[in-house]
Amino acid sequence: MIEVIRQPWPWWISGPLIGLMVPVLLILGNRVFGLSSSLRHICAACFPADISFFKYNWKKEVWNLFFAGGILIGAFVAWNFLSDHNIAINGRLDNELRYFGIVNHNQVVPSEIVNWKSLFTLRGVIIIVFGGFLVGFGTRYGDGCTSGHAISGLSNLQWPSLVATCSFMAGGLAVSNFIVPLILKL
Amino acid sequence: MKMATAINEPSHIINAPQHSAETAVSPNLFYDNFKFFVAGIIFGVLLIKGEVISWFRIQEMFRFQSFHMYGIMGSAVATGMISIFLLKRLRVKTVDSKGISISPKKFHKGYIYGGLIFGCGWAITGACPGPLFAQIGSGATVVLITLLSAVGGTWIYGYFRERLPH
Repeated sequence: MIEVIRQPWPWWISGPLIGLMVPVLLILGNRVFGLSSSLRHICAACFPADISFFKYNWKKEVWNLFFAGGILIGAFVAWNFLSDHNIAINGRLDNELRYFGIVNHNQVVPSEIVNWKSLFTLRGVIIIVFGGFLVGFGTRYGDGCTSGHAISGLSNLQWPSLVATCSFMAGGLAVSNFIVPLILKL
Repeated sequence: MKMATAINEPSHIINAPQHSAETAVSPNLFYDNFKFFVAGIIFGVLLIKGEVISWFRIQEMFRFQSFHMYGIMGSAVATGMISIFLLKRLRVKTVDSKGISISPKKFHKGYIYGGLIFGCGWAITGACPGPLFAQIGSGATVVLITLLSAVGGTWIYGYFRERLPH
């Protein structure tokens, strides 16, 4: 049994289970599945700085931070005890990444470029710091992320979420194909 | 002309997030929210086992080199859609027997601009907000800096919000 769990799960197992998070959270307390709000609540809790956007009672929304904390622990457990760390990647991507010196695939991020030392390189700063900034700024400006728009929003047949999902797919397509290679070259 | 609407339009996002009116702050935050912590643990396991948090999987997705992520997203949305349909149809209540309602999304131009910006960040970091927490949990501790930076990005959005087109 444990051997089956340790193998990577096919999309048709993990996808529906991820989708079930939507009704589970609704039934647990009428909460809408989504994670980018957690970043807003952290701002409201730690540095509201008299900005109206952060002046609300974040304690009423604290479930989202509990959920986020759970993700961290769940990922720790799954990675250390339920995973064989064997992520097969497409041969073409593998070849391309090899060209940039990325050969190690047994972590969730490319360990050659995403590590503490690379924070002192331009490439590392762009990927680790600037990339994170875009995620935080963009999700709030767009009022949601993959879970909030692409999963919750589309599940609830919200056309604005479809627009948002198409927008972040378009941004990602452009950057992954044309900009990421330039960053990796640095 | 557009400025006038830009100021009025996003009023819904200045308000506290939905639900706050109906749920009072309980004296025992930890006890009341522990169930969401457990749900988070399960979601964290799913993110790892589905390889959704892998930077490599995200690059494959955006380069159309693998069906994996599309399969996950598609089947997750299908499951969510059927679930919401059934919850509404059967008028399912929450565990503490309250009604279930989801407020609709109100479109503004930020959905496009913000969506594009987020997409850029997703392709660079290989993570959306949920996976950021999962990547840290999996031992990629430097992603903590990415998370802090994302919090900073959210803060900067809040600071400049009124001057941005919505």
